Amino acid sequence: MLGYILRRLLAAIPVLVIVAVLVFLMLRLTPGDPAAVIAGDNASSEQIALVRNRLGLDQPILAQFTIWAKNLLSGNLGESFFFKKPISELILGRIEPTLSLAFATILIAICVAIPLGVLAAYKHGSWIDRIVMGFSVLGFSIPVFVIGYLLIYLFAITLGWFPVQGYQPISAGFGGYLQRLVLPALTLSVIYIALIARMTRASVLEVLNEDYIRTARAKGQVERKILFRHALKNAAVPIVTVVGIGIALLIGGVVVTESVFAIPGLGRLTVDAVLARDYPTIQAVILLFSGIYVGINLLIDLTYSLFDPRIRY
Amino acid sequence: MSAEPTLLAPVADEPAPSGRSILRRLLTNVSVLIGGIVLVVMTLIALLAPQLGTVDPTAIDPVARNKKPGFERTIRSDDGANSTFTYRMGTDSLGRDVYSRVVYGARISLAISIAVALASIAIGLVIGLVAGYVRILDGPIMRVMDGLMAIPGILLAIAVVSLFRAGLTAVIIAIIVPEIPRVVRLVRSIVLSVREEPYVEAAIMAGTRVPKLMIRHILPNTTAPLIVQGTFIAASAILVEAILSFLGVGIPPETPSWGNIMAEGRNLFRVFPHNILYPGIFLGLTVLAVNILGDGLRDTLDPKMAGR
Repeated sequence: MLGYILRRLLAAIPVLVIVAVLVFLMLRLTPGDPAAVIAGDNASSEQIALVRNRLGLDQPILAQFTIWAKNLLSGNLGESFFFKKPISELILGRIEPTLSLAFATILIAICVAIPLGVLAAYKHGSWIDRIVMGFSVLGFSIPVFVIGYLLIYLFAITLGWFPVQGYQPISAGFGGYLQRLVLPALTLSVIYIALIARMTRASVLEVLNEDYIRTARAKGQVERKILFRHALKNAAVPIVTVVGIGIALLIGGVVVTESVFAIPGLGRLTVDAVLARDYPTIQAVILLFSGIYVGINLLIDLTYSLFDPRIRY
Repeated sequence: MSAEPTLLAPVADEPAPSGRSILRRLLTNVSVLIGGIVLVVMTLIALLAPQLGTVDPTAIDPVARNKKPGFERTIRSDDGANSTFTYRMGTDSLGRDVYSRVVYGARISLAISIAVALASIAIGLVIGLVAGYVRILDGPIMRVMDGLMAIPGILLAIAVVSLFRAGLTAVIIAIIVPEIPRVVRLVRSIVLSVREEPYVEAAIMAGTRVPKLMIRHILPNTTAPLIVQGTFIAASAILVEAILSFLGVGIPPETPSWGNIMAEGRNLFRVFPHNILYPGIFLGLTVLAVNILGDGLRDTLDPKMAGR
């Protein structure tokens, strides 16, 4: 097991290195002077010269990368030229809303999608199955922000149950925090529910044809236990995998949802950085999100043996 | 066929379906039919946009700003005759007719989806064939693809678009880049499995040159999966374009794309939800149709993947 973890970690490192190289090259491959780009549109020529000197942009590209990577590894993500702050500080200040939104979304998605998927597989071919599958295709077809505005219109403007927009830190009261989190999390969970429900249905459907399910039925096991203990557990590996893959969708959705609901999180930071062409911040955020994505998928790989003891490392 | 040695016959569970039977199966598949019909209607709307009672979708009219759907306005023309124009979907905050913008928006969104799907498939196909066939390049190419896939798609698109001056080309490139690795993986996996097939080995033994081997024996195997993948890329392209425009990093705001109309409607959404609702319905319906079509195509052309 320990050997496997080590091997997987070692396999994830090259991917992250390549992401870092891509992010690094992104700026160097664009036409124009990267120092001028990093310094921003309003920079004076002295400021540009300062940036060039500090980032070593007058040196060969390999040396530039070494400087950049060294800074990165020592936790120095650079400074935002738009916000005039160290990027690590910016990110730390924005992480709570994004994490809250992501956790709430994952929680809603799993609690809704897995029972729906199991039910659809159990009632294969029935109207319930068709509705679940229909919802799933629909969820993939409507942009996140349209769902967000529909929910705002219905639950915030017409019914007045929730505030329209905004975020309240958890330290300012749990009730207000939760109240402001419900709509964005619901919005973001739609596509995630669609994805997980679809995979749960397909995976459980396959397992339901197995001999051990027939055995369980033959010995008189209750249907509910057959579904959730025998079928779901054996169908778990593809489901857990798709939860991990869905993190990419979730991250993309966070960027949009935070804009719709005016949540001051990392997604909003990304959009602000892009609009301001604040490249050091864009690079840092991409690296961070990619690292999280790869890291979560790595963790998920390690949980496979919990669901399927046949998988040995 | 029977005269040939069995070694050269395609190894398949059932005889390869002829073109006509595939077409018949496609036309009897409900998903393909429904998705196809909606898309034909959308394409007609896009093509016939000037004939559908529209006005210039970029014309700004300060008098008719922020009107609700159904607003009527009497226009007095130069010869003194009065005519009434109805804003079926209201106007936006610059007084542009939302109905005209939505109808013309079909052109932009469909054009982007087709361009992105074709380009992603073409580029991914070439890279995938190289990765699958040239063993030395396989490792490096796939590592770069892994790296690209480790960056969440929307984020990658936003990053790419930030590197260029805003414009249609930049947006199309930004949507293509995250799609390429998926196509490459698909093509590579097909090449790797097909090249183990006896008929390909036989062709190699017989001295078939690489270009002919690719075109005659390997490429046909990629057609069905790539058509299916292409429809899903087309669907996602429409969504990503809308998201980029919505975030303010898409094509120039005066261009009537569905994403731009909705982005424009953001600020006054509480009072005028129709500026998001109407383009949203058109967009959702189109993407839904493409997705349904894709599901149908997959079930028909690629039975191994059915039910997923």
